[in-house]
This record gives sequence, structure tokens and C-alpha cells, in this order.
Amino acid sequence: MGRLKFATVWLGGCSGCHMSFLDLDEFLFDLAARADVVYSPVGSDIKEYPEGVDVCLIEGAVNNDENLEAAKTVRDRTRLVVSFGDCAVSGNVTALRNTIPDGARMVASRSYLEQADLNPMIPQAEGIVPTLLPLALPVHAVIPVDVYIPGCPPPADRIKAVVQQILEHGTAHLEGRQLKMG
Amino acid sequence: MAVKTLTIDGTLLSAREEQTVLQAARDAGIAIPTLCQLDGLSTVGACRMCLVDIEGTGRLLPACTTRVAEGMVIHTKTERLQSYRRMIVELLFAERNHICAVCVANGACELQDLAIEVGMDHVRFDYLHPECSVDISHKRFGLDHNRCVLCTRCVRACDEVEGAHTWDVAGRGTAARVITDMAQPWGTSETCTSCGKCVQACPTGALFIKGMTVAESRKDRSEIGFLVTAREKKQWVV
Ligand code: SF4
Ligand code: SF4
Ligand code: FES
Repeated sequence: MGRLKFATVWLGGCSGCHMSFLDLDEFLFDLAARADVVYSPVGSDIKEYPEGVDVCLIEGAVNNDENLEAAKTVRDRTRLVVSFGDCAVSGNVTALRNTIPDGARMVASRSYLEQADLNPMIPQAEGIVPTLLPLALPVHAVIPVDVYIPGCPPPADRIKAVVQQILEHGTAHLEGRQLKMG
Repeated sequence: MAVKTLTIDGTLLSAREEQTVLQAARDAGIAIPTLCQLDGLSTVGACRMCLVDIEGTGRLLPACTTRVAEGMVIHTKTERLQSYRRMIVELLFAERNHICAVCVANGACELQDLAIEVGMDHVRFDYLHPECSVDISHKRFGLDHNRCVLCTRCVRACDEVEGAHTWDVAGRGTAARVITDMAQPWGTSETCTSCGKCVQACPTGALFIKGMTVAESRKDRSEIGFLVTAREKKQWVV
């Protein structure tokens, strides 16, 4: 295999999974020797998700219409899609609002109206501020996913295990305690 | 004491006639996953985690409620059983709101461990996201319906070991909930002795000691079995 075209994106998550990715420490050098980071909020400054990506780690649940578009774009342009962390795998904390009737409206009004000190208003700007979906969804609910990395956040050794398997075998599969959620 | 001979996963073994398939398997060091079963309590066969394939029966039977019989040939790890077990665990996760990252039982939860054991890397079913209440009206304990798997271990521990029968199950299907007394706040229960046996018996984060936060709940689930053995056999052993 030539150099791996490697990407990461984050949707409705807290960035914790990406912070854990940075905990790979010196393994990041090994990865950099074998992969080009073609898109990533922590590893590149490229605005447009490119074509022909080999692997993409997706952090976060699909929470708004922008997340949904991003997930579809990733799927269209990527060979191996990895659900990265509990929010991507299950919805997790991002999906807590799903248990509240009319949750999308309720959380927005709680955050921007009830809790606001100045100028209470729900931010709205077509094409700029994304709209919340009725439910926050795991990534596999909207696109096919190839590999799952549970964990909130997944510990660095778990991420490393997946990346190493991908480098060696082109795909990955976790087992045993490496599957622990939370 | 009559003895039966049977075969489990190709191993020929003998068991006492009053034993269940689960007990016989455990004595022989063959692990079968369980959830609603807890040593010291009666068995109800509620969760179906322990289903096994007994040749000639034409259906799968729970090992925890099935008595051994002479000549039984039992399989506990067929592909079919393994796929059903994973499905059962996934359905439990889909039915309530299990968010391990913010759960009091994270790291010491039988449901979480089962998910690992059956290789659950994601849930293939749609989550139901039910609206569930949390009851913290009791002085010492809390009940979070989001995490309850309806195993009824609390109900049996309270009834059979403490003798209070504070707990019961009300409602049907996905609307079923454990209740205290006449479906009233736990703190107002007149039968609850505050012994905490239900909390120790509970496999998940549904019953917890108040004041504990994420990943702090560490239960001693063998306490129930210890008490019952002590009571019935006058043996103070774990
Ligand atoms: S009860 Fe267990 S499986 Fe459910 S959220 Fe808590 S730790 Fe996770
Ligand atoms: S509260 Fe705990 S012990 Fe009781 S039925 Fe629910 S999960 Fe089982
Ligand atoms: S452990 Fe046997 S049915 Fe639950």
C-alpha cells in the first residue's frame, strides 16, 4: 500500500475523542511516516473534504443538518469509515436530548432563552447556523460504517490498535475489553 | 442423592439431579452468560441470556431454569446462540437509555460486561429513547429507570431474602417499570427497611447509593448468596 490518505472529522461531539487521538504521542510520528492527513480539525488546515480518502475517523453523533451532510460526504469519498467514540457509535451524551419530548426545541430554548443573561434569542441564520435534527443519531443510523471504536473517549491504546490494524490489514476489528463503552 | 450424566459442549460430566444445567456447567468450569440469575435467589428465566441448545428438544431453553436429566446433550456456544445473545444485549441497550459515560455503574456493570462478552461494537436496532424518571426520594438510595433491565433481582432479593416485598413490576412490555409499594415514591414506602439488598443485587446502575457519581458504584453482588448460604447451611462462606 502507498501512503494512506487519512482523515478525521468531528460532528456532534465534545472533541474529547480528538484529544485522545493526540494522546497517541510518539505513535503520531509513525503514523505521519505512513499516512498523509488530508483532512482533520487537529491535523490539517484544509476546508473541503477531499475525494479518494482511504480512512476517516468520525467523532460525534449526527446532531444537525450540517453533520448529516458531512457524514454523507465522508461516506461518498472514503473507503473505510470509522465510528470514533461513543457519540458516533451510540449517540451517547449528545443523544441525551432524545429522551425529552420535542427535545431539539427544548434544549435550544433552555440554552439560549432561559439561561441567557443578555439578548435571549435562538440563533438563526439560514446557511450559516445549522438546524438541529429532531433526534441526535449514531453515525451508522445515517451511513454505512465499517469499523467501530467505542469509548468516551476511546483510550489512546485503543485508537492505536485500530490504526495499526488498518495500516497492516486495510481494516480493523476490536474485541474484548477494547469494546468497553463509557 | 441421585446423579445424572450429561454432555455439555462435548464434555461428559455428572451432576446432582436437583441441579440446573447452569449449575452443572459452572461446576464443570463451562461459562454461560447470565443476567437475571443471581446466586441465593430463585430463578425466573427472564432475560434469556443463558439460552442453550439441548438436542432433541427442538427449542432453546434457559440453562438457569432447566433441570439436568440423564443423557442430555447440551451445546452452549453454537453460532446461533451467540448471535441471539448479542441480539438480546443490543435490545436491552436499545430499550432504555444506557449512557455508560455518565453512569454511576460505569466499569462495574453486568450489562456493560455482557456487551463486551458478546462482542457488541454497536447496536444495530433503533434506540427507543423512552422518557424515564429517576426516584431519589429515599434517604440513602436512588432508582434510575433509564438503566433498569427488568431482571427483577431487586424484587426477589427484597421478597425472598429480606422478606419485605417492597418491590414489584407494574405495566407491560416496554412500559413495564419496577415499583415500590403501591407505585409511590420509594422514600414514602412503609415496607422498605432500608437494608440495601436490592441495591447490591441490581446488576446495573439502576439502583445506587446516593452521593455516588459517575463510575463510583461498586457493588458486592455475592452478598445475597452469602446471606442465603449462611442462613440455610449455617456456613459463613462466600
Ligand atoms: S447501567 Fe451499565 S450498561 Fe447501562 S449505562 Fe450504566 S454502565 Fe452502561
Ligand atoms: S432495578 Fe436493577 S435489579 Fe431491579 S429490575 Fe431493574 S435492573 Fe434489575
Ligand atoms: S440468566 Fe437464565 S434467563 Fe436470565
